[in-house]
Amino acid sequence: MIVLTNVSKSYGPARALYPTSFTVDSERCLALVGSSGSGKSTLLRLILGLIAPDSGSISIAGEPMEPGRAQALRLRMGYVIQDGGLFPHLTAQDNATLVARQLKWPRERVASRLQELTGLVGLTFEHLHRYPAELSGGERQRVGLMRALMLDPPVLLLDEPLGALDPIIRARLQDDLRRIFRELKKTVLLVTHDLGEAAFLGDEIAVMHHGALVQKGTLESLSREPSDAFVSEFLNAQRPRWADGLGSP
Amino acid sequence: MTWAARAVLPFFVACAVLASAPCAFALPKVAVGSKAFPESWILGDALTELVEQSGTAVAEHKKNLGGTEIAYQALLSGNIDIYAEYTGTISEVILKTASRPGLPEMRRALAGAGLGVSQPLGFDDSYALAVSPGAAARFGLQRISDLKAHANLRMGLTHEFLGRSDGYPGLSARYRLEMSDARGIQHELSYDAIASGQIDVTDIYTTDPQIEQLNLTLLDDDLAFFPRYDAVLLYRLDLDTRAPGALAAMSRLVGGIDGKKMTHANGSVALHKTSSETAAHALLEDVLGAGLSPRTSTPGAGSRIAQNVARHLELVGASLLFAILLGIPLGIAATRSRTFAFLTLTGAGLLQTIPSLALLAFLIPLFGIGVFPAMVALFLYSLLPIVRNTLTGLTTIPSSLGEAADGIGLTRGAKLWKVSLPMASPSIMAGIKTSAIINVGTATLAALIGAGGLGNPIMQGIALRDTRLLLEGAVPAALLALLVEGAFYLLERAVVPRGLRIFARVS
Repeated sequence: MIVLTNVSKSYGPARALYPTSFTVDSERCLALVGSSGSGKSTLLRLILGLIAPDSGSISIAGEPMEPGRAQALRLRMGYVIQDGGLFPHLTAQDNATLVARQLKWPRERVASRLQELTGLVGLTFEHLHRYPAELSGGERQRVGLMRALMLDPPVLLLDEPLGALDPIIRARLQDDLRRIFRELKKTVLLVTHDLGEAAFLGDEIAVMHHGALVQKGTLESLSREPSDAFVSEFLNAQRPRWADGLGSP
Repeated sequence: MTWAARAVLPFFVACAVLASAPCAFALPKVAVGSKAFPESWILGDALTELVEQSGTAVAEHKKNLGGTEIAYQALLSGNIDIYAEYTGTISEVILKTASRPGLPEMRRALAGAGLGVSQPLGFDDSYALAVSPGAAARFGLQRISDLKAHANLRMGLTHEFLGRSDGYPGLSARYRLEMSDARGIQHELSYDAIASGQIDVTDIYTTDPQIEQLNLTLLDDDLAFFPRYDAVLLYRLDLDTRAPGALAAMSRLVGGIDGKKMTHANGSVALHKTSSETAAHALLEDVLGAGLSPRTSTPGAGSRIAQNVARHLELVGASLLFAILLGIPLGIAATRSRTFAFLTLTGAGLLQTIPSLALLAFLIPLFGIGVFPAMVALFLYSLLPIVRNTLTGLTTIPSSLGEAADGIGLTRGAKLWKVSLPMASPSIMAGIKTSAIINVGTATLAALIGAGGLGNPIMQGIALRDTRLLLEGAVPAALLALLVEGAFYLLERAVVPRGLRIFARVS
């Protein structure tokens, strides 16, 4: 469970996040949408403890996020970054097992976990020995997912994980992500630009605008009762255009 | 092997190889010094040979020390035990007195510093002013006073003479000279300059063989400005207890060398390119007659070069190793504080702007002469490129990857060792390579403070105008720089992670 209570953040005079409260319940997926600069990334960085809030509190799986324990608490969150965020000097396998090795897991445990995850994210043993530069964009993202799942954390944070991929690979990964979230019963916060993706992966959608959370609910409730003009515009903008040409919806 | 082990291991292997020093001997050791001109080398070689022949001690010749100040400091600090000095220099430069003390007074004054002075060796090697035969004839120059009427004559004076109170400053005051053009020049080059007519007057040593060769006119010191420069042995008083018999063996030179013999020996080195060891042996035979066992052969060029290269590598290797051990942590610390980064880079930058010779001279009072201060100087020069490149390498890692490292839960230490340093390794290696190559060049100056290395043949080659000797140092030094370049190419393959090289090719 992720709980935010009145969390706000400014960078100098610029307000990045107005006081915001929301909860992601256990084993649920909340998709955070909004345009660039709406505060989505700030929110994610606050939850990870990479930056400290000006006010309010954050708790992850019942534990408060505080500067002194941020690193330990991050071990209970899997973090997936756009384009994988893989370290170029490490092989896929070394990227995925970096934190487990830091925690001095025995070799056998690392190996068996690696084997489990390789199948789960749809990679083969052969991929594991390649460097990031030798993998495709989709493969890099799958390695990034392996890395996030390595310690089997209860919480997953995904920052525009599929942003840079072509549509077919993107669709395949979306299928795989939904299967993995449900199979592993993770509490997930997903940041995305794409409303379709948000609706497909998220149990609920939260819309952010100018540093504030403007509405939270299912896609159905958002489209039925948009809370303000921005939400309707955002929803409208992402209605598939090609569908119009095929006749009535 | 972990990245860290792969990075550090080659340096330790290299260091272990470089540090293999000669072993200890059973006999006491005597270190003979000499200053940077042929007469001093010959006397140093002669003293060395006398000790070796007597079997009382093992002698080492620390040849070609930069000047009186360096040789004297070396004697005081025990880096050398003895060297040949001149009475005028002792009173003017060492005791800094204008009162022209006699030998007993000098002995009393130096005993406090633990030093002794022998009886004169027999010759007086005075300073004098020499003029070209052309200028002497044209202006009728005979005495130093005659220069007053010709203030526009061009003077080329050695740097030491320009600075000493018994040199140009005192001389021009005594004679009220107001020469318009008095410039510094290296002693051996001044003979070329006067022969080719580029200068008219120069300071010389009266035992220089070139005086006769170039038919120079020595100006009479009509106001008796110059003191006597009787050659004597200046030695540490503890020498006789530490190596009994060695001083007595060397004292066989006392009273035996007249000016003619010394000038002859100087000529065979400076004009006929005989080695100073050979000239010293001939001088000893001349002075002591029979009873001298045949000279043990001096090392050939091959082993001499090998020795110089080994010493050169030792200087460069050790200084570089310590610069790496300090420079990388400084570079890391600099990423944490802007103020610290500014102070460190400014400090290291300032060190680099100090001319090498000045830095060496500055370090003598602190560390004496020889290998150690040379290593300290090279170490200080190596710091900047390593610190700067470590800082640059660490700060140019994409911020998204830095955030990823934190975000996935790496500790600070794990982030540094597993992510930041490996990613910065190409930049850090480039910094170390820059330092290594600069050091190979700068280390040639270490010869000026008796640290040896490839600078030895270079400095001697310059002093003797001997191109072959000069190349004996310069060519291996250049090859060494190329070799270092090549070695770093291989080292980079071992240290820089393969993934980064693929990454660099792809992106």
